[in-house]
Amino acid sequence: MIKIFWAFVKKEFYHILRDKRTLLILFGIPVALVLLFGYTVTTEFKDASIDILDYAKDDASTELINHLQSSGHFTVNKFISSEAEMDAGFKEGTSKLVVVIPNNFTSDFYDNNPITIQLITDGSDPNNANTLVQYATNMITTFQRNKLQQPENPFIINVEDRMLYNPQLVSAYNFIPGTIALILLIISAMLTSLTIAREKELGTMEILLVSPLPPLLIILGKVTPYALLSFIDAVLVLVLGYFVFKVPILGSTILLLFACLLYVITALALGTLISTVSKTQQDAMMRSLMGLMMPSMILSGFIFPLASMPKVLQVIGQIIPATYFIEILKGVMLRGVGLKFVIYEIGILTLTTFLLLFFTWKNFKIRLE
Amino acid sequence: MHSETIIQVNGLTKRFGDFTAVNEITFKVDKGEIFGFLGANGAGKTTAIKMLIGLSKPTKGSGKVAGFDIEKQAEHVKKNIGYMSQKFSLYDDLTPKENIRFYGGIYGLSRNEIKTKTKEILEELDLKSVANKTVVSLPLGWKQRLAFAISMVHDPDIVFLDEPTGGVDPKVRREFWETIYQASEKGRTVFVTTHYMDEAEYCDRVSIMVAGKIEALDTPNNLKQQFNATSMDEVFLKLAR
Repeated sequence: MIKIFWAFVKKEFYHILRDKRTLLILFGIPVALVLLFGYTVTTEFKDASIDILDYAKDDASTELINHLQSSGHFTVNKFISSEAEMDAGFKEGTSKLVVVIPNNFTSDFYDNNPITIQLITDGSDPNNANTLVQYATNMITTFQRNKLQQPENPFIINVEDRMLYNPQLVSAYNFIPGTIALILLIISAMLTSLTIAREKELGTMEILLVSPLPPLLIILGKVTPYALLSFIDAVLVLVLGYFVFKVPILGSTILLLFACLLYVITALALGTLISTVSKTQQDAMMRSLMGLMMPSMILSGFIFPLASMPKVLQVIGQIIPATYFIEILKGVMLRGVGLKFVIYEIGILTLTTFLLLFFTWKNFKIRLE
Repeated sequence: MHSETIIQVNGLTKRFGDFTAVNEITFKVDKGEIFGFLGANGAGKTTAIKMLIGLSKPTKGSGKVAGFDIEKQAEHVKKNIGYMSQKFSLYDDLTPKENIRFYGGIYGLSRNEIKTKTKEILEELDLKSVANKTVVSLPLGWKQRLAFAISMVHDPDIVFLDEPTGGVDPKVRREFWETIYQASEKGRTVFVTTHYMDEAEYCDRVSIMVAGKIEALDTPNNLKQQFNATSMDEVFLKLAR
């Protein structure tokens, strides 16, 4: 039996190694995705160009402007003199934020009179606008504290925030776990469903079913090479994240790899389940792209937070394996938690896997009759 | 001289919902025969063959292939039969050698057996020059003969051919029948479905299926006499009306 199994695995490796498309999906996509997400999908920004509408034009206002620029987050694009000019900057796209400093800034500032500094942003890009306002507000608060040493008014509540586990809000910390979840899904689920559908198209599946091979062996023989390669991919992404984007692995590496392996098996089970219901490669491709990739990307909390979605989508998000896997990855990698803290997620993934395997097995049997 | 029976079918029936694809067919095939299983498209040939090779469970009736019950001993049946479908079902991206090795492997042949088999097949089919090229580059006729040889890699008693000459030109079809004769001379039973009536003449005995039932079963010559026809084509047309 072991010998037959190896004959199968060997054949499968020939398929993979001789098909440039499969090789590209296997090793090109993970690297490309990580680099793409790494360098493009980022919520940090550098040198955002801003306009300044300075009504005061005095010592303190100049100092404030210098302070804003010193951070490296902002560069001043233009000093404008009226509100009418504000629009032009936004429309041309040369300015992302306008800071309006009122008259008598210096005297009001040192006299502790209430001052209102206006921050005006381009709301057509809400994510960016929010981040810019946050950064600017922080800068202004620190400026005030530095200048006045301490708040004169004892009744002011000072809010001091610290982002634990990712103090600098590095976006790589979010996308590396998400990317691993996506890549493992693409490779394990899509490629296995494709390869099984291919055998159906070629008619070789029929020959295999006529042979004395038990169906379970056929599935295992087809799936094992992909399990191995997906696992290598998971390690590849972790290494890329660690060395290129400096994403730490604080928790146990063994626990992390175990979670990856478990998730790979879940995805493989999904892939084989898809293949039992699709007759052609195209069919399998559509099903895995629409049924797996999209929801995993959007509803897993990878890109958009689950908590802010409508109830229905939240429930769907709750049954997507990627949701739990990302939770485990973030826990182990960033917060350095042990098995005790992710046991719930691991349990859910295990349960899902068994359920999927059961359905696959059942479907496969039905098709034989 | 009557030799032993190798396929025996009694009232075999397959229903899909209300539709009866195969309706109580009964026949037997002797060892070493070339048995033609004819019928128009949709007459139920493929469904019948699927029941015989263990891919489909009969709704009613029973059958024995190579001495084993097709329902209860499907695993034993599978070990003793070879099967080739109309798609020639080879792996396109593997070489002939690798295809032989893989199929030999899944039938549990030893390394040495596979080696001798590979040599035998490549020599017999004159495929040595392309042994290490992928199958995708081979002409259709070569693929067909290779698929046939591979379906017999484990020396089965019976080989089932489901429309093995579909889409191949007449010259290649004739050549293929030569190889079928060779297999039959070695004592192998060949069960072949086709809708080319000229091919029916090559068979020892033929059965003709119409709408799920076997309407005629005899040697081609007897059938022609029975239906007062000069060719199998005529026999078939008379039956189908």
